[in-house]
Amino acid sequence: MSQIVIANRLRDGLVVFLGNEKQWVVQVQDCSPASDETHAAELLAVAEAAEANQEIVGASLIEVEMREGVLTPIKMREAIRALGPTIRKDLGKQAGN
Amino acid sequence: MYRYDEFDQALVTQRAKQFARQVERRLAGELTEDQFLPLRLKNGLYLQLHAYMLRINVPYGVLSSRQLRKLAHIARTYDKDYGHWTTRQNMQFNWIRLEDMPEILLELASVEMHGIQSSGNCIRNTTADEYAGVAADEVEDPRVYCEIIRQWSSLHPEFSYLPRKFKIAVTGSDNDRAAVKVHDIGLRLYRNEAGEAGFEVFVGGGLGRTPFVGESIRAFLPTRDLLSYCEAILRIYNQLGRRDNKYKARIKILVHEMGLDEFGRQVEEEWERIREGALTLPDEEIERIRTHFEPPPYESLPAESAAYLAKRTQNQDFATWADQQLADHKQPGYAIVNVSCTPIGRAPGDISSGQMEVMADLADRFSFGELRVTHNQNLVLTDVRQEDVFTLWEALISAGLATANHGLISDTICCPGLDYCSLANARSIPLAEKLSARVADTSRQQEIGEIYVNMSGCINACGHHHVGNIGIVGVDKKNSELYQLMLGGSAEADASLGKILGPGFDEDGIIDAIERIVDAYVSLREDGERFIETYRRLGPAPFKEAAYDGTTQGR
Repeated sequence: MSQIVIANRLRDGLVVFLGNEKQWVVQVQDCSPASDETHAAELLAVAEAAEANQEIVGASLIEVEMREGVLTPIKMREAIRALGPTIRKDLGKQAGN
Repeated sequence: MYRYDEFDQALVTQRAKQFARQVERRLAGELTEDQFLPLRLKNGLYLQLHAYMLRINVPYGVLSSRQLRKLAHIARTYDKDYGHWTTRQNMQFNWIRLEDMPEILLELASVEMHGIQSSGNCIRNTTADEYAGVAADEVEDPRVYCEIIRQWSSLHPEFSYLPRKFKIAVTGSDNDRAAVKVHDIGLRLYRNEAGEAGFEVFVGGGLGRTPFVGESIRAFLPTRDLLSYCEAILRIYNQLGRRDNKYKARIKILVHEMGLDEFGRQVEEEWERIREGALTLPDEEIERIRTHFEPPPYESLPAESAAYLAKRTQNQDFATWADQQLADHKQPGYAIVNVSCTPIGRAPGDISSGQMEVMADLADRFSFGELRVTHNQNLVLTDVRQEDVFTLWEALISAGLATANHGLISDTICCPGLDYCSLANARSIPLAEKLSARVADTSRQQEIGEIYVNMSGCINACGHHHVGNIGIVGVDKKNSELYQLMLGGSAEADASLGKILGPGFDEDGIIDAIERIVDAYVSLREDGERFIETYRRLGPAPFKEAAYDGTTQGR
């Protein structure tokens, strides 16, 4: 089961993901998921440190999978967070803002 | 409308400055999120799916053009160029940055606005009939009492930590346009046989996961006793309301568990103790507040404008729109104009900055600079001369605000749902958009007639689905959206709760089912019968048969 960390950036609330280099990225495509619980726990520990450091809030692990070559959160709720409102394609990450 | 006095202004400005400092401390790491959370909620700032969301009170739905221009400015400068009218007459911005909050609150304070008590377990914005003060069928102006409640309930020390949130609504007409029976306290203003103004008081109504229609706890409450009686209700609730389980903490559960008689007995006992005390409203105080709601300087006009009637004859589109959107005004020659913010195929209640500015300008030109926000997520210009209605309509067309659907099937009430809200289980806006696109044709909608379709993306029922004639609630079933259909709800004076019709549907299936139900209604109705009346006459059976006819839906 693949997992990534999702959170909101403290300053502006923007949805972010924990990226390959342990940096916070805006696009879900820019992270590499943890494929086992040990790795997932490491990611979450990084996120908790970032919460304590006022970078992000509300970090949690979510499950992702490759769908037609695109890394996608499995839960619809998180998929919507990763893209933006389904009824406003001009807003959110799907619109590049 | 009510204007802040020096105390109101000092309080709101001071709070904005306090919160600015709290944001600063949060960003600097002096406050943890756990410490900061209650502080931001006290100012109406939530963290939702995509960003922070700010809820701004519009007291009893009354808004000045100046305030609306400020909301437009905030939407354009700090958000993504739009805002959203909520189902409780407030405004929400969906893409707020925490670091902008200090500036935003100061901007709001400059026009007598804020987000205080728009969140949390306190007394929320009191809502009212959007036609308050102008409706032909009005007995008394509810705004006067809403404002008195606002002043009493603002930062009320005893009621700032209630078991759960608390919502009050007031109607001044027998035609309840404020859904008072589904509020924690509902107040119906009327005159008794002696001609004295007072309230029938309802208590324990509410929606959410355990819906109740409020029950009448007092048949007649003199207006001077409004605050002492509300205080008695709140005090009993605050003392006895459950705090062990947030889902059982609303007053409706307490009233239900205690029984109305015992709850009422305790309220009356407390009220006897305090009723002649400091909360009794002197006539002078009521009259002082009333001066804020004096009618604007109306012109003396004939009851019907010849120019307006001529335009109706000349322009069928205008006549169609006017038939749907206008309501009777108490002042001869004037009209109440409903402006739809629920256009075909778009999210109910969304309004762009540009549209807000257009509406502010139109309010200044045609309606004494004032507007109302409705719990149906639309706007109202309350005081338009009939002879100006045509010019107003042309301006609304240019702004994309001339949809003719007031009270029709496409004029849905809809919560933000899973597209925005972190509590939601399913999306709701796409259903509203698809339904209205399906029934877009105005003449078809008018043929169907008055019907209220309300939808929520979870059981918390911000979309008031229990009191829609047709109600929809979304649930998450194994990571796919499933929609339950309920029929028979009403938020009007004869309020009732809808009942689930049968197994749920997927997104397309539920739109098809609604269409079949509406077709069944049209074929079954008697002359002049509204949907709710046909449903009450026939019960669910024919509609159930229609909904599930020839479908593989229903799992």
